Amino acid sequence: MSATMNSILLVLLASFVGSFGAVLLKSGSMRVQGGAISMMLSPRILAGCCTYVLSSIFFILAIRQGELSFLYPMVALGYVWTMLWSKLVFGEPFTRNKFAGIGLILLGVALLNVGRQ
Amino acid sequence: MDSPAAVPGSSGTLRRRKAIILVVFCTILGAAAQILLKVGSRTVDTESLWTIAWSMALNVPLILGLSLYGLSTVLFIHALRNEQLSLLYPLISLTYIWVTFVSVALLGESLSFWKIAGVLVIVSGVALLGKDDSR
Repeated sequence: MSATMNSILLVLLASFVGSFGAVLLKSGSMRVQGGAISMMLSPRILAGCCTYVLSSIFFILAIRQGELSFLYPMVALGYVWTMLWSKLVFGEPFTRNKFAGIGLILLGVALLNVGRQ
Repeated sequence: MDSPAAVPGSSGTLRRRKAIILVVFCTILGAAAQILLKVGSRTVDTESLWTIAWSMALNVPLILGLSLYGLSTVLFIHALRNEQLSLLYPLISLTYIWVTFVSVALLGESLSFWKIAGVLVIVSGVALLGKDDSR
């Protein structure tokens, strides 16, 4: 088997936590005026980085067992969450392409799981 | 992005091109980071929270992997300031292709029809997400 259910659930958790990191980084990068230093000192950027570190810890625990080439692509589920937050936080519209993209990501993850045994 | 004072001598196309090259470089760093994380993850001791923290903190491949991941994130933020998220995000999906390739070549992982199909469908899905049809 290319991965256990435990690993799969940890990847889902990592992608969910990580999606908040993307929101924080986007929000931070829109506000920062100065150069690299002021960017790294921005609370939102820092919070985004911390969120990514937390997400990475879950991901590292996830990939301890099982194949990286199976588990890593499932991180793309994070896009599904990110799309949701983009709509709710930044008011970005849901478009036909976004729906299709999310559909393809879900299909791709399903295909990976078909070949899991 | 609509700053009232335009930067003299910089063209939008050039900035866009530089941002794209930077993001492709980020995907290569990102794939290298994943391989290092996978190698490092094997020696993480999940006996307790304490052993998890300790075995991660002293783990050279993990530290290198996270550093590369951090570097690629910082470069990505930099690129984001010059270009729209919608253009750059699809390029990040290149990482899935590099990771699949390197996992098979270096880690000896299996390659099946379903895995290739799954990755390609995910990559096309991510690429489609960034293709903004509202403009």
